[in-house]
Amino acid sequence: MTGPLRIAFPERTTAAEVPALFRAHTVAIRASRAPVELDLSGVAVLDSAGAGLVAHWRRLAPPAAALEVVGASAPVQAVLDLYGRDPGEASADGPPAPGVFEALGERGVGFVGGVVAFLVVLTDTLWFLPVTLFKKGAKRRALIVEEMVRIGSQSFGIIGFLSLLVGLTMALQAAYQLRQFGANIFLANLVGLSMTREMGPLLTAILLAGRIGSSTAAEIATRSITEELDALRTFGVDPVEYVVVPKFVAISITGPLLAVMATAIGILGGYLVGVLYLDLGHDQFVNQMLGSLYLKDVITGLVKALSFSWAIVLIGAYKGLSTRGGPLEVGTATTSSVVVSLFAVIVLDAVYSMIFYFG
Amino acid sequence: MDADIRTRDLVVGYGDKAVLSGLDLALPRHAITCLVGGSGSGKTTLFRTIVGLIAPLSGTVELLGRDLGAGTDDERNATLQRVGMLFQNGALLNSMTVRENVAFPLVEHTGLPRPVVDALVRVRLQQLGVLHALDLYPSELSGGMRKRVGLARAMIHDPAILMCDEPSAGLDPVTSAGLDRVLVSLKGIFGLTIVVVTHELDSIRRIADHVVMVGKRKQGPPGVLFDGPATDFFASTDTGIRAFLDRREG
Repeated sequence: MTGPLRIAFPERTTAAEVPALFRAHTVAIRASRAPVELDLSGVAVLDSAGAGLVAHWRRLAPPAAALEVVGASAPVQAVLDLYGRDPGEASADGPPAPGVFEALGERGVGFVGGVVAFLVVLTDTLWFLPVTLFKKGAKRRALIVEEMVRIGSQSFGIIGFLSLLVGLTMALQAAYQLRQFGANIFLANLVGLSMTREMGPLLTAILLAGRIGSSTAAEIATRSITEELDALRTFGVDPVEYVVVPKFVAISITGPLLAVMATAIGILGGYLVGVLYLDLGHDQFVNQMLGSLYLKDVITGLVKALSFSWAIVLIGAYKGLSTRGGPLEVGTATTSSVVVSLFAVIVLDAVYSMIFYFG
Repeated sequence: MDADIRTRDLVVGYGDKAVLSGLDLALPRHAITCLVGGSGSGKTTLFRTIVGLIAPLSGTVELLGRDLGAGTDDERNATLQRVGMLFQNGALLNSMTVRENVAFPLVEHTGLPRPVVDALVRVRLQQLGVLHALDLYPSELSGGMRKRVGLARAMIHDPAILMCDEPSAGLDPVTSAGLDRVLVSLKGIFGLTIVVVTHELDSIRRIADHVVMVGKRKQGPPGVLFDGPATDFFASTDTGIRAFLDRREG
C-alpha cells in the first residue's frame, strides 16, 4: 500500500503556472491507484486557469484515486466551487458517424436534391420571365438596365483586352505552321472560324463566370443570410422574380453582345498578325475570312454565348438562394458557383460542338 | 472612487457629428454599471468608444489606468486583452465551432495545455446552459444560445473588465435572470468590473450597482443625464429619468 499522492499548488496558481503543473503531474494522476490530494493551502491567487486544471484532474483521476482538494481558503474555494468538475464531452452521446455506404448515399441524395433545387430556380425564372417583362415591365425595367450596365461595365475592358491577346496568340501559333506550307491565307479562315464558333463565346463565358457568376452568388447569398429575401416573401414578392429574373434578362442581352465584341476583337488580333507578319493584304484577309464564315457559324457562336450566360447566372442564383448560415457560407457559395459554372460551360461547349459538327 | 474605466471630457460620435459630449465618467471598480438611455441616445456609441472600436472625437478613455489613445499598438492590445466583450448578437466566428470560438482567446493569448482549455470551455458552457452546443457552428444556434456562447467567450480569459452590449435582449425571462445571476457571481468571485448596456428594467434592478444614463439634456448638447448609485437612480424624481423608468415600467 503506497501513501497518498500529494501535490502542492504554488502561491499563485494562474495561467502562467498551470502549464508547468499540468506537465509535472497529469500522467501520475491518471495512473494513480493511491488517493490523490491537491494541497491548496499555500494558494493565495487562483484564477480560472488554475480552477480549470483542478476541474480537469477531477475528471481524469481514476475512481480509486479519490481525488481530494485540501487546505483551500474561502476565496480560493469560492473559485473552485464556480468551476466544479469538468462535465466532459456531452456530444459523445450523439449519433455514430455514418459508414461508407451511408455517407455515399447521403452524398447521392444531396446531389439529387441540388439538381432538383437548381431545376426549381430554372423553372421559377422561366415562369416569372413573362411576368417581369410584361406585367411588371415598367417597375423592373430600371433593375434590368442597371444589371446590364453592371455586367457590361465590369466585363467590357477585360474581355476586350484578353480577346485581343488570344486572337494574336492563336494567329501567331497558326502562322508558324502555315508559313511552312505557303498557306498563309488560311490564317483568315482559322481565326475567323475559331473565334466565331468557339473562342469568342468561351472566353466571354469564362470571364463572366469569374466576374458575374461570383458576384451574383455573393449578392444573393448575402441577401439570403441577412433575411432580405425573407422580407421580400413577406411583401408577397418572389425573390426569383425580383432578384434573379432581372439578372437573367440582362445577361441574355449583354452576354451575346460581349461575345460578339470578343469575337470581333479576337479577329482583329489575327488580322494584325496576318497583315503585319504574314504580309497578307487588308482586302485579301477580310474577303478570305468573310468567305469562310457562314450564317450557321455565327448562329453557333450566338447560341453558345446565350446558353453559357444562362448557365452562369442561373448557377450563381441557385448557389446564392440555397445559402444558409453566415459569412463563411457566402464565401463557399461564391467559390462553388464559379467552379460549377466553369464546369457547366465546358460541358455545354462540348455538347454544342458535337451537335453543330454532326448536325 | 477607484475606477477601472474613466473618460475625461470625452466627445463621441461618427465622422464630424458628435452624439454625446462632455463625458467625465468614472465607473466604479468591482461593480456592475448599467449604461442606459432611450433608443438612439448614443449609449452604444459610447460603449463602442470605451472599448476602442470607435475613435473618440475628442477627450480620452482610460481602461485600467491606461489611456487607450496613447502608447504603442502592443500596449493598447495588452490593455484590451484584459477586457471581455459580449456583443449584441454574440459576434461569434462563423467558421469555428462553439468549442473553438470559446477557446479562441485562451489559445491566442496563453500557453495553457489543450485539455485544460477544453475543460474550461466545457465548464463555462455548462454554467451558461449551452454545453450541448459544444461542436455546433454558430449558424446552427438560436439567438439566445449565440449570446450565451458569446458570454462564455468573453469570460473565458478572466478579464478584469467585462463589457456586455444588451445581454438580455432576445432571451426569455428565465434565461435572462440566469444570465444576470452569472454576472453578479462573476463580479463577486472574480471582482470584475462589468459594464452592461441594457433596456431591461428588471435586469437593471437585479444587477446594477451604478447607473449611467445618457441622452438629450434640457440645456446643452446630449450627454450624461445621471451618473450615480442604482438606488439613487430608481429613487430619482428627475422628470427625464422618471419618464424613462415609468415608460419602461408602464
